[in-house]
Amino acid sequence: MDSKVLNTSKAKDAALENMLLVSSSPHIRSNESIQRIMLDVIIALTPAAIGSVYFFGLNALKLILISIASSVFFEAVTQKAFKKPVTINDLSAVITGILIAFNLPASAPWWLPIMGTAFAIIIVKQFFGGLGSNFMNPALAARAMLLTSWPTHMSTFTGTRPDVVASATPLAIMKHGTAAGSELPKLMDMFIGNIPGAIGETSSLLLLIGAAYLIIRQVIDWKIPVFYIGTTFIMLLLLGVETELLPYHILGGGLILGAFYMATDYASSPVTPMGRVIFGIGAGILTALIRVKGGFPEGVSYSILLMNIATPLIEKFTTPKVFGEVK
Amino acid sequence: MKLKDLTFKGGVNVPHHKELTEKLPLERAMEPEIVAIPLHQHTGAPCEPLVKVGDTVKVGQKIGESQAFVSAPVHSSISGTVKSITPMAIPTGLTVNCVVIESDGKNEIHESVKPKGSLEELSSKEIIGIIKEAGITGMGGAGFPTHVKLSPPSDKKIDTIIINGAECEPYLTADHRLMVEEPKKIVFGLKAIMKAVGAEKGIIGIESNKPNAIEALMDASKNEKNITIISLRPKYPQGDEKRLINVTLGRIVPSGGLPMDVGAVVSNISTTKAIAEAIIEGKPLYERAVTITGSGIKEPKNLIVKIGTSFKDVIEQCGGFNEGAPGKIIMGGPMMGLSQYTIEVPVIKGSGGILVLTEEEAKPIPMGPCIRCGRCVDVCPVNLQPLYLSNYSLRGKFDKTEKFHVLDCVECGSCSYVCPAKRPLAESIRVAKREIIAKRKKAK
Repeated sequence: MDSKVLNTSKAKDAALENMLLVSSSPHIRSNESIQRIMLDVIIALTPAAIGSVYFFGLNALKLILISIASSVFFEAVTQKAFKKPVTINDLSAVITGILIAFNLPASAPWWLPIMGTAFAIIIVKQFFGGLGSNFMNPALAARAMLLTSWPTHMSTFTGTRPDVVASATPLAIMKHGTAAGSELPKLMDMFIGNIPGAIGETSSLLLLIGAAYLIIRQVIDWKIPVFYIGTTFIMLLLLGVETELLPYHILGGGLILGAFYMATDYASSPVTPMGRVIFGIGAGILTALIRVKGGFPEGVSYSILLMNIATPLIEKFTTPKVFGEVK
Repeated sequence: MKLKDLTFKGGVNVPHHKELTEKLPLERAMEPEIVAIPLHQHTGAPCEPLVKVGDTVKVGQKIGESQAFVSAPVHSSISGTVKSITPMAIPTGLTVNCVVIESDGKNEIHESVKPKGSLEELSSKEIIGIIKEAGITGMGGAGFPTHVKLSPPSDKKIDTIIINGAECEPYLTADHRLMVEEPKKIVFGLKAIMKAVGAEKGIIGIESNKPNAIEALMDASKNEKNITIISLRPKYPQGDEKRLINVTLGRIVPSGGLPMDVGAVVSNISTTKAIAEAIIEGKPLYERAVTITGSGIKEPKNLIVKIGTSFKDVIEQCGGFNEGAPGKIIMGGPMMGLSQYTIEVPVIKGSGGILVLTEEEAKPIPMGPCIRCGRCVDVCPVNLQPLYLSNYSLRGKFDKTEKFHVLDCVECGSCSYVCPAKRPLAESIRVAKREIIAKRKKAK
């Protein structure tokens, strides 16, 4: 992007007039910046990142660091190749890196996040115009791509205890029954994150702490996550899921991570207030349907991706009525 | 009666910066040695000069007038000799004919300046006539002739007059000081407007960050049963007339409509005070309260400045510029004011403030790509989608902006203010509005 300011011209003539800047109002701007917003998201993700290292060990840390580094690297290289200004300082690539790592099992090989970030940054983000122009959440698109390409790597979950090689996630247990070889964990363990799953999605507690921070800082709108999780809950009830299993659905899988950190991605969710409500409801319905009626145990990423695609349409139908408009 | 902290949907919380001048009483500016009085400082037809070079004029003497209904006469602000009548730059960015008068230092008052009688004796027609003769225009910046605003078509019944004491623009305190120091005149002016249009109700809306203004006006209006003082939550753009009507009366001015469509007329504080003085003293609008402020000014002040005094003279009286170069000089507030390329421009009827920002404050911030955060949509008081309007405007697709209701934009600048990517939202939307209006005019 051009860093020129519209309608700004330095006046000529006398000494003072040489210094006066003439431009269209407003003449003051808030302290908000893209970098600050992105930094807030990183701050919000930090508790869950630390939690993932605590629960899953150093491999989690390794995956997060590789993912961030490769994400930033791909952003810089692509922008260089496209002869565009390199904007890694806006920190958005760091977030994509963290989110992709969060979607990996702790046992994932080191090259998996590199594949993921290459796809997310180069294809989903930069090919479509870079920050703000991606029509899908890059991290989620990468997760979907990895899941399709390396399903074994992506769904071999280790427990939080190092001696357990492979164990099923709570959603898988609910999907396939206890025949999968495991019992459902304690709810408290699910809440704090002491369960098998992708490294960044298991701790609802730590994710919610970060989410509260984002809402207080007004970085994200509460509407999408609240309507998303609320609708998922109601839909699961309507689809006949037993009430004692409902908390497992809400706390298990990627619902909390997806609802607060991925569905709220600015570029791929509606800007209209009503649109955000519809987006949340739509993602909730899809998530419940996929989990209960579909073939996969988890449906968060596909639900959000589908709603991402519907975003332009949702915005079109939810254009707010202009003040004083008579229809 | 007083309602607590009413407000509207959207808007932004801007830093007020009013502490620079809010406690400083209004003082008279030094008598200018020379003034340049523009013959066109209002919306409507420009005035023809009534004087010629070499004529002597007195304070309050009418020196320019137009036969058109939508226009307002101009008056001399000093006594002296007409030196020239010549096109000069004025702070609105236009170059218009100005009557340049050199002072004789006597400040003789013209014989036409005399009390016009009490409100009880004057008919509504007479009041409007006095306002017209006094050259009173909207002093909030738009400069619409007040007598036109007070002459709605007969099918529009006005029931409420709202006085805009919000002063929501950061930095400006001239209206605040007038409310504190001249509350009786403001109440008188409000009663005059009520009588002029036959309205039963009067409301003065004031942001709650000016408690002494609320108190002063409550006191001045305590015997007026028909006048209500309403306290408003300080939020920008609270003083936008459609917002103010919505907040104080719960009425919605239709898109493209005027306040009179919902039975209301909104008047600015300075304008209301000018109306009172035009009736009580017979004084035409030849001086006004101006806030000279900003971190680029040595001694910020609230001054009563004669129309036609140059910005340069006014700034010098305030100690001149602070160390370092001034970056931007703005007539009005930072949100909607007009930046100046020179200080050789006269104070006009619409100059409520002269704001000097330092080079550091004025420095343009590099813009980034739109990240679709939606903050501009959240703050738009008119429910527009600035991100799309701006995008279309920057690509020259003005027809598209029209479909997205660009003409409803009030140009408050809230969208640009909040934009984290520092995009020129209001700026580009303004361009689209001008293009569409120009195209419509051409089509006619």
